[in-house]
Amino acid sequence: MDNPNLNLTPQLAVDVRNVTKTFGIGETKTVALKSVNFEARQGELLMVVGPSGCGKTTLLSVVAGTLNFEEGEIDVFGSSLHRLKPAQITEFRKRNIGFIFQQFNLIPTLNAVENVSVPLLIGGMARRAAEEKAAAIMKKVGLGEKIKARPYDLSGGQQQRVAIARALVHEPRLIICDEPTSALDSETGHCIMELLYEVARSPQCCVIIVTHDNRVFQYADRMTEMEDGRVRRVHENPARKNGSAASLLVPV
Amino acid sequence: MYHVALRMLLGDRPKYIMLVSGLTFAALLMSQQCGVFFGLLSWTTSHMRNMRASIWVVDPKVEQINEVKPLRDTDVNRVRSVVGVAYAAPMYAGLMQARMADGGFKQVQIVGLDAATMVGRPGNILAGRLEDLRLPSSVMIDTDAVVKLSIGRSHPLKIGDVFEINDREARIIGICKGAKSWTGAPYIFTTYEQALRFAPPQRKMLSFVVAEPAQGLTAAQVARKIEKETGLKAFTEEEFFWSTIWWYFKNTGIPTSFGTTILLGLLVGIAVSGQTFYSFVLENTRHLAALKAMGASNGLLARMLLLQALTVGLIGYGLGIGLASLLGFIFLNKGQPPFFMPYQLPLATFGLIFLICIFAALLGIRRVAKLEAAIVFRG
Repeated sequence: MDNPNLNLTPQLAVDVRNVTKTFGIGETKTVALKSVNFEARQGELLMVVGPSGCGKTTLLSVVAGTLNFEEGEIDVFGSSLHRLKPAQITEFRKRNIGFIFQQFNLIPTLNAVENVSVPLLIGGMARRAAEEKAAAIMKKVGLGEKIKARPYDLSGGQQQRVAIARALVHEPRLIICDEPTSALDSETGHCIMELLYEVARSPQCCVIIVTHDNRVFQYADRMTEMEDGRVRRVHENPARKNGSAASLLVPV
Repeated sequence: MYHVALRMLLGDRPKYIMLVSGLTFAALLMSQQCGVFFGLLSWTTSHMRNMRASIWVVDPKVEQINEVKPLRDTDVNRVRSVVGVAYAAPMYAGLMQARMADGGFKQVQIVGLDAATMVGRPGNILAGRLEDLRLPSSVMIDTDAVVKLSIGRSHPLKIGDVFEINDREARIIGICKGAKSWTGAPYIFTTYEQALRFAPPQRKMLSFVVAEPAQGLTAAQVARKIEKETGLKAFTEEEFFWSTIWWYFKNTGIPTSFGTTILLGLLVGIAVSGQTFYSFVLENTRHLAALKAMGASNGLLARMLLLQALTVGLIGYGLGIGLASLLGFIFLNKGQPPFFMPYQLPLATFGLIFLICIFAALLGIRRVAKLEAAIVFRG
């Protein structure tokens, strides 16, 4: 679980500068992000934490290019999202971003390997080749025996592993995770986090996790704490910096 | 991604069955009712299929083939005298009563043919010889008459049997097969002179003059010449067909009645399919948003929805048109109600089902186009 990258000058994976996002108009107008500045580095697992309604998910959405924002600039692996047209952002997401959702969002009528192959199919790969590649990555996440299983035949942890395989199968550089462990028991949550931590070890990748789940804070290289639409603090995890796996951060 | 779209569709069994059922019902209702409507219209022109002639000459006020305003006997010769007419013959057509063995009676359609030329003779003679019509009191009956006039007899009517038409003896010399008449009365062919003996006497008895154009002239050219030189109305076969069809469109409630049912089928199809498909899209909003987040473009999602809509459309259409054809087959075997399915009918039904599916898909596509991928992060 070493992360030698953190000892070097890390390159930025995500650079958010003065981003403002509002919802509604007039009296119902709500400012979800207030001139937010935020960074995520290549080769790190970054957690975004904070109370409900503080803007974590909104921040995740604008970084992922799934939500427009009014002001500010966002660079993801050198691409300026604020300058891209919607179709270009979609194309960027297709090639560079993997998603892991709280409720897994697996298509119930597809079996596990078909679910995992979806990003490859969206990218235009032929079905047979996509399913072969999906089967290979399912073995890596420990679900080699379950490739034909339907989502409802799998436990919560297994479903999230399928979702992780789906997020990784097209080899994206940025993995966006929304509460990946909140629907799982503690043991399964730690297994999932081990997997994500492994992914984050790749120097070209970055994993950003929005979570409330203080059971998994220990896996973060850094933690960004949000409050009222702003980034309050950024914590470095010294244990991670030293390459230790067992350190536990005090919840922010 | 298209197989993913199909798997999403087929995996939701209740919605899939509802969609296919709605479209099957719409296709069945539209094609079956149209088939009965076209069948009914085809019955209105059955004279023209049972008594073939290139030119039909009638009273100037006649608009369609089932209304007869008798001509003078001399009108036959007036038509014959028109240059370009190869030959012309008198024809009688009228409804009379035939008495059955049990004392009951049935209305019959008497057709009187020119005894010399037999112009307008039945095209499909199953038994007997046409020439025997020249014998006294002879008639050739169609298969419908065999069924309807045999009531009260120990065996179906056959050649040599005798029955009464307007209290006069009629001897069967042949049996033919023809199109059903508009009134439901079976066809009975005889000579023109014999028909006049069966018919109640009137001042004028000639129903039609049927004619053929001389070689090198078209029926339309000769028909116009007949009109110009005799003052009578002359139709070509096609002109008389469409004149009859349009007369029923303009003067009866049949098109409105069938049109309402057909429209109902279309509306039910639109409502059921549109609503069900939209609800299918709504239920899959999270999955569609997830696909969008993963990089599926609006175009790709629109094509997936179109494929889903057209798949249920094709299956619904196939089942609907199949059921309509089965019903038509049963109707035709029973002899009624009327049924006629020209090749344009399945094509038109396919077109309407296609439009319903496009409409249903557009509802979903509109929803997906507005869908924010970010909703997938909301709880």
